[in-house]
Amino acid sequence: MTGLKEDFHSLHLDGLTRRFGGQTALNGLDLTIERGEFIALLGPSGCGKSTALNCVAGLLPLTAGRIMLDDQQVDQLPPEKRGFGMVFQNYALFPHLSVQKNIAFGLQMRKVPRAEIKRRVAEAIDLVQLGPHAKKLPGQMSGGQQQRVAIARAVVLRPPLVLMDEPLSNLDAKLRLEMRTEIRRLHQSLGLTTIYVTHDQEEALSLADRLVVLRGGEVQQVGTPQELHETPTNAHVADFMGYRNLFDGVVERVDGEHATVGLLGTTADGAAAGALATRDRVRVGIRPEDLVIGAPGATDALTLDATVDVVEYQGREFAVEAHLATGEAVHVRTSERPTEGSTIRLTAEAHRILVFPSAAEPDDSGAAGASAPLETAGSPA
Amino acid sequence: MSALVEGPAPRATARRRRLVASPGKFLTWGGMAIFLILLFGVIASVVVNSFAGKWFDSWLPTSYSGSWYGTAWSQYDLTQVVLTTLIVAVVVVALSVLIGVPASYVLARKKFPGSKFVMLLFLLPIMMPPITYGIPLATLLNYYHLAPGLTGVILANLVPSVPFVVLTMTPFIEQINPSIESAARMCGASTSKLFLRILAPLLIPGMLAAAVLVLVRTVGMFELTFLTSDSSSNTLVVALFTAMTGAGIRAQQSVDAMAVIYMLSMLVLLVIALRFVNPTQLVARVDDSKD
Amino acid sequence: MSAPVVDAKRHTPQGDPSQKPSLVHRLAEHGIDRTLWLLVPGLLFVIVLFVYPFLYGLNLSLHPNKGGMFGAYKAFFTDPDMRGWDSLWITLKLSLPAALINVIAAIPLAYMMRGNFRGKRLLTTILVVPITLGTVLTAEGLLNFFGPRGWFNRFLGLFDLGPVQLVQNYWGVLWSLIISGFPFAFLLILSYMSGIDPSLEAAAKTLGADWKQRFRRIIMPLLAPGLATTFCLTFVLAFSVFPSAILVGDPSGSTRVVAYVAYNAWGQMFDYPLASASAIVMGVVEMIVIGVVLMLRSTMYKGSTGGKG
Repeated sequence: MTGLKEDFHSLHLDGLTRRFGGQTALNGLDLTIERGEFIALLGPSGCGKSTALNCVAGLLPLTAGRIMLDDQQVDQLPPEKRGFGMVFQNYALFPHLSVQKNIAFGLQMRKVPRAEIKRRVAEAIDLVQLGPHAKKLPGQMSGGQQQRVAIARAVVLRPPLVLMDEPLSNLDAKLRLEMRTEIRRLHQSLGLTTIYVTHDQEEALSLADRLVVLRGGEVQQVGTPQELHETPTNAHVADFMGYRNLFDGVVERVDGEHATVGLLGTTADGAAAGALATRDRVRVGIRPEDLVIGAPGATDALTLDATVDVVEYQGREFAVEAHLATGEAVHVRTSERPTEGSTIRLTAEAHRILVFPSAAEPDDSGAAGASAPLETAGSPA
Repeated sequence: MSALVEGPAPRATARRRRLVASPGKFLTWGGMAIFLILLFGVIASVVVNSFAGKWFDSWLPTSYSGSWYGTAWSQYDLTQVVLTTLIVAVVVVALSVLIGVPASYVLARKKFPGSKFVMLLFLLPIMMPPITYGIPLATLLNYYHLAPGLTGVILANLVPSVPFVVLTMTPFIEQINPSIESAARMCGASTSKLFLRILAPLLIPGMLAAAVLVLVRTVGMFELTFLTSDSSSNTLVVALFTAMTGAGIRAQQSVDAMAVIYMLSMLVLLVIALRFVNPTQLVARVDDSKD
Repeated sequence: MSAPVVDAKRHTPQGDPSQKPSLVHRLAEHGIDRTLWLLVPGLLFVIVLFVYPFLYGLNLSLHPNKGGMFGAYKAFFTDPDMRGWDSLWITLKLSLPAALINVIAAIPLAYMMRGNFRGKRLLTTILVVPITLGTVLTAEGLLNFFGPRGWFNRFLGLFDLGPVQLVQNYWGVLWSLIISGFPFAFLLILSYMSGIDPSLEAAAKTLGADWKQRFRRIIMPLLAPGLATTFCLTFVLAFSVFPSAILVGDPSGSTRVVAYVAYNAWGQMFDYPLASASAIVMGVVEMIVIGVVLMLRSTMYKGSTGGKG
């Protein structure tokens, strides 16, 4: 019944493409996932991440592309024959079955002997710490507990691959942190291979071994959390990775990996994140925490004067929103509280300033606007 | 009591409002009271008359008797009539659920070319006067010798019942999260297992509600049964109508006794129905999809 | 595709002919797959028992016993035994006021009862009773209650009034339409009313609207489409009036409704083309009224869901 082996080496996604009518929700996703990896598909809503997940699950047929589990092609199999586990955004627990029976359902479908079902269900319930609730119906439980049931139901089958579709987005902030740790713990202790869809970059960075950033159905970048965080390939990935200050500029001089850019009425030295030439239009990205308030030092590549608008206390730090003389808003993180209305001098170091070519970007409004409805059409969730 | 108060108003205001109801409120509640009194009078006069021995020019009968029920039962051959009513109701309910539920599953889950048109097709028999489609239908059934008779009564009653099941069940199925079906598939359930183990248990409450609603409507349906029945296939409501129009020869009290029997059976159905549905559903499905 | 990806591209999706979507796949994109078989019994049923008889009747009505293609329709309107215009007029004169009264009377009551209070379920249950009982039984009750020696006239007699003739005429039928139609309208409107998010009214309150303003500016616009639907459904019930027109009305005179006329042609005169023509005219007139109301409804209501739930 399961057909597929648990001890595979790698899963290949080969040009996965999905169109709805004339619109392309996912275009040529190539990815090789090693056994035991935790992969996060990250992107704003409508980027095609849920479509990708549903295609891997088999809930959506592919328009083109192949899915290979080692040397076995699985994309023609219906979802029930693939034997993957899936955790849904809204839990999708069977409302008429108790926790136990929800978890046992998949084992029963696979005709596992009764005694073994009992043992494995008990194990799974212990694993997600739901012992006292085993006989309850889903409707009698909190969101966090329901999500644990959903996870137990997916992993009890020991699937070669576990798919998670924004499993934490319906939980409140505190519970989300708890469950995040729980999911990572389960992934490691059970040796699972996981594909995890989310729009929350923090969640993706903390959970995943590798991230795939999608936008408008296209892959933007694949890499480890550190790679994505430190060297995003384009302005969109940077925007997603917390580079809240993105300014338009024009390249004045290129020197190998370095570029000098004219922007905001001044110039800045930065690290080129792509092929650049003089007079290119570029986007310059700086993270709020890389802007320093104070006098300009020797290594500073950029100096800006700004007027403080809003100061938010955020635990150990203050998030400051200020505006430049040219009108642009700028975001800064600092450990000392500036007074609202005061003028501050901001500086940044050259290797913290990323210069992205902006011509290579797909048209902003067009791509996002066209793909927005696709996400809803594509995800059955 | 607190009905006159709107919302969690402060206590003092509430009390004042209750004492001096505005003319508008007085009128509407008065209107409701008058309506309920009339309704009570209409029903009570039938019940009282059915037990009346002698009742001429007085508020209440001068003597009482339960014998009209026996008279009515034999006079109108009610054993046969009640049996027919039961058969028609049960068969119509079973068939309309059997035909209607699969159709509503498709209409709830699928958008295909022409799905709007199909929905309209199911809506029409409910929006049209029964006489409008009843007359051509009865003519046709007569032509094929299916009516007048039990078969004709059943077929005619199916016409509004199947659409009714579809209209009741479609929103019910729509509110079952489709990802539950996806989850079952991911757990390895085949199509038949999915229907048997997951969908059927989830659909049963809706199916019971639809069945009960169709039951009440079929037992109460006059026009279609009237057009397709003969003396051996009358349901209770048609027999009652026939007795009322043919009255004069027979004592009014025995007609009223029969009316009470009909009323009681409807009330029993109503009590059963209200266990499964709320009163508003009995009236009509408030179809949100049209909005 | 300038984005760097981990794997070298072995083939593009468009380049591989074996990857072309199959016909089954393309049909599935439009929602056509094996699930549609489930629709077949239902569709077959509608076609055999509703569409076919209707077309049969239409065809029949165009082949009358005498008078050419539209003879039956001509006979319906002009034949002294049919007097179609009269009966249509009588039917509308009964059903439009009945539907209007039912809807208008139900609005303030539903507004007052939109919240929860003890006894609400009991009241709604009581109101369901007359709908459940149906017009035939209501007619029997009306005959007893409003009859010359019934409780109502006896009550008037206490004040030396009456007796008033309230059955076997227009008023008897109107009463029966109100008794079964008002609860129907009330329950429907109540459910539309409860569907309006209470926080909308709370919001209006905080903005300083008194109850009249809230009712007129917030509730009514949101309720309007529901009212139109309710009016349509109540009107359908009233327009189809048949048994009570015979039982508590004056079927040869003031309550000679079109359903009665059509039935007479069918069951008494055995003129099936004429009966079909009458039935179809009846359906058309009803659909016209509903069409007008729904058209008004579409103009007064655009888009927004009106805060259901």
